[in-house]
Amino acid sequence: MMASVASLVQSFAFYLFAGMAVLGAVLVVAARNPVHSVLSLVLTFFSTAGLFVLLGAEFMAAVLVMVYMGAVAMLFLFVVMLLDVDFDTLRQGAADHLPMGLAVGFAILVELVVIMAGIHPGEGAAHAAAVPVSNTMAIGKVLYTQYLYPFEAASLILLVAMIGAIGLTQRVRRDIRRQKVCEQIARRRDEAVELKEVAPGQGA
Amino acid sequence: MTKPAPILDMNLALMAPEILIGIVAMLLLLLGAWRSAETRRELVGGLALLTLATCLIILWKEGMHWPTSTFNNQYVVDPFSGFMKILMLLATLLPLMISWDYLQQHNLDTPEFFVLTLFALLGGMMMASSGDFISLYLGLELMSLSIYVLAASRRDNALSNEAGLKYFVLGSVASGLLLYGISLLYGVTGSTQFVEIQRFLAGEGLEHSRMVINLGVTLVLAGLSFKVAAAPFHMWAPDVYEGAPTPVTAFMAAMPKVAAFSAFYRVFVEAFAPMHAYWSNVFQLVALLSLAVGAIAAIAQSNLKRMLAYSSIGHVGYILIGLVAGGDMGHQGVLVYLTIYVFMNIGAFGLILMLNKEGIGDNIEDFKGLGHKRPMLALLMAIFMFSMAGIPPLAGFIGKLYIFMAAVKAGYLALAIAGVIFSAIGAFYYIRVVKVIYFDQPREEAFQMPVGAMGGVAVAVCAALVLVWGVFPASLTSTVILTVSTFR
Repeated sequence: MMASVASLVQSFAFYLFAGMAVLGAVLVVAARNPVHSVLSLVLTFFSTAGLFVLLGAEFMAAVLVMVYMGAVAMLFLFVVMLLDVDFDTLRQGAADHLPMGLAVGFAILVELVVIMAGIHPGEGAAHAAAVPVSNTMAIGKVLYTQYLYPFEAASLILLVAMIGAIGLTQRVRRDIRRQKVCEQIARRRDEAVELKEVAPGQGA
Repeated sequence: MTKPAPILDMNLALMAPEILIGIVAMLLLLLGAWRSAETRRELVGGLALLTLATCLIILWKEGMHWPTSTFNNQYVVDPFSGFMKILMLLATLLPLMISWDYLQQHNLDTPEFFVLTLFALLGGMMMASSGDFISLYLGLELMSLSIYVLAASRRDNALSNEAGLKYFVLGSVASGLLLYGISLLYGVTGSTQFVEIQRFLAGEGLEHSRMVINLGVTLVLAGLSFKVAAAPFHMWAPDVYEGAPTPVTAFMAAMPKVAAFSAFYRVFVEAFAPMHAYWSNVFQLVALLSLAVGAIAAIAQSNLKRMLAYSSIGHVGYILIGLVAGGDMGHQGVLVYLTIYVFMNIGAFGLILMLNKEGIGDNIEDFKGLGHKRPMLALLMAIFMFSMAGIPPLAGFIGKLYIFMAAVKAGYLALAIAGVIFSAIGAFYYIRVVKVIYFDQPREEAFQMPVGAMGGVAVAVCAALVLVWGVFPASLTSTVILTVSTFR
């Protein structure tokens, strides 16, 4: 009896989070105000984090909340608020593509449902081994040992992303005078101040 | 079913070239930040070239390594990876040499250019050595991300920006497809390692998950096909090839193709080997479409870079025929064609680059009368065009011959016939370029541009190889046969 209640709660939570994630994703595209779009994106991230908790991957859930909601979504908000982009003109013409997009999306949905209906869970070998450690610890154990190579490769990808972002957006302007802090600090009194003996009545 | 304890299986000596390239790229980044702009190109670019040459020597000596692996099978070294890496190194070194002067003239010789080129190469080499979907995907992303930035590197040019953005958005969608396929396959097989996936797929009792496996394989196929610009995943190629700065186009038309075909081998010939009957059907269709697009759409092009983009789609079609045919003959055909393709393409783009200056653009019309004014450059261009068309005494013919023989031997007669027909159609637009060069009235003033020593040497090397391999194919095929013989 208890077990069935627990599984009922679990499936209720799944459909709640999954539904919210889809709703959020739709609102990201549909919202007229770009700030609302970003906030809907936060809702999607949060619901996805809930799904991770249901899967027993609490580390992933925490990372999603901290990194995506805490940092990435806030950056999006800044960008949306700082840049003066007229989203209405950007969106013009989207309605023309809507029927085609819906048709393609529906076709893919039907295909996936048909294929997924054929899955028998547990047939393959993809079971998480029942280890008595928390999944944060499990990740920590393999991240720098078994998965050292992918980990290092991922760090190089992030470096390239950084080089690209800076390289493509940085503008070196030669036509403006910049503050030279070092020179200012290194300046001595005798370079800047000159004492002159001025006879009375002959100044100016 | 107990998992082995995570021990640190690490043999860094195997990945010496990759480590060297990675470290040098990071050092060059720092060096570029400190040195003044005047001495930068010589120093940063020179060190980049030196590193590539060093890696070539290392791989030349150690390339034909007995198959072995490290990092728990995530990194694999065998003769195949050695061959592909040498090809990738050459496909990076030669475009850099060719564009040496051009980069300076167009203010593209920033340290980032060389650093990103090295990182792209590193990603490609990781793909060639991947034994696991995770390392394959990370290599692919490292390579693609670097090239997206390189394609957009001429910031004041709208076409270049468009090229970078288009490549980035479509590439991201392709990566998404690939990842979805990988995750489905992981769900069914329980592993991301190629060896394990092959073992699982070769096993019994897969009827229930057959649909999911097929979907996963198809999605992986679509994602990787995008990277080689095989039809119907080719839409980005012409715009990106045209918009990107020509040195980047020369690089992008060669190195990533080699990397992506290494990935095809690792994934389809190793991991999905038991499903040959399934994926070869899909590849037949993709190959046929690529041949058609490459041959027919190129005819209408007036821009030479755009035309070569379509031509490379066609070349990918021929190489895929070799992949479908399989067997020793097919694998040899793929490697022979790919090698020859790399040198023909770099040579052709190198000539476009050399002749490029104000007023003389990338249009085929711009090359009118090149034969009268610069007979040597015109001859080289004619060699590359005839080779791409597959005219007998040149290497391009050997590649096509190999592919068609493999297809006939494996029983894909229809595919071979289609290949011959489309190569006849394709010959038209290659030969049109030669006609414009030699038989059209020359322009008033043109073609006074000097040819840099380094670029001249690089193009001459490409042309010499195309000639030598055409006349003495054994000098190439003997190495290829050795590479394939241990690759099963």
